[in-house]
Amino acid sequence: MARAPTTSDAFNAVAEPRRRAILDALAGGERSVNQLVTAVGLAQPQVSKHLRVLHDVGLVDVRDAGRQRLYRLNGPELKPIFDWVRAYERTWSERFDLLDEVLEDLKHGEEHRDDDRDE
Amino acid sequence: MTTVTSSGRARVSLVGETDIRIERDFDARKDLVYRAVTDPELIRRWWNAKRGEVTVCEVDLRVGGRWRYVMVTTDGMEVGFHGTILELIPGEKVVQTELYEMPGLAEEDATVNTMELLERDGRTTMTVLQHCRTAEIREAILQSGMEAGMQDAYDLLEEVARSLD
Repeated sequence: MARAPTTSDAFNAVAEPRRRAILDALAGGERSVNQLVTAVGLAQPQVSKHLRVLHDVGLVDVRDAGRQRLYRLNGPELKPIFDWVRAYERTWSERFDLLDEVLEDLKHGEEHRDDDRDE
Repeated sequence: MTTVTSSGRARVSLVGETDIRIERDFDARKDLVYRAVTDPELIRRWWNAKRGEVTVCEVDLRVGGRWRYVMVTTDGMEVGFHGTILELIPGEKVVQTELYEMPGLAEEDATVNTMELLERDGRTTMTVLQHCRTAEIREAILQSGMEAGMQDAYDLLEEVARSLD
């Protein structure tokens, strides 16, 4: 199966600011190389180089349309990056749930206050 | 043990190329939240994230002061973090460096974390902006969360498996 990219490949690919700019431009829909040149303000060889990297890790798909090639975002390949952020978020969520308990104890320690929670 | 309803989910977002923003509301006044995040005895109780035991928790709470937390995870891995306090507004704001003690990261790779507390109607919003020197460092930090997240997933799986018994 040709689904080559590993999570770190996708992550490396988007670590480069120019490649991120290209992905942003592609988020608006299919674009030709020339349209991307205009959108991100880089010379065409550079845009093509970055597109190659993005294509290699599967973040971008390409199709021929007459004389030009059209590039588009391949959303599912961005999922690993999304998942990484969610995992980090979980760690913090767990911490903060415990912090809620600490705060409850601090509140009860210093004052007597109705603390009914409806939700 | 107190049963506490969670005051909401931690919201983590990526800002620009190098920053991570963490935000959470707490049902408590900000002086209490400040105490809970700066007093070592209290930090020990929540920083473990239910993934192990905090074995070292030292905070020299003054500008220029050092801090260090070490945790041994339930699967025996030791993870340490340390840093220096750069700016302090008691009860409101702490700016400090943070370095995840792992191979390949040097002192200059420390992130700069700005923690701010904002109180409204007796509730407090905590915001932590974690600034990384490079996109690669941010990547490494997120990856460390990935490992912890995996462990989480295994724990949940175990719970589910037990409930099927």
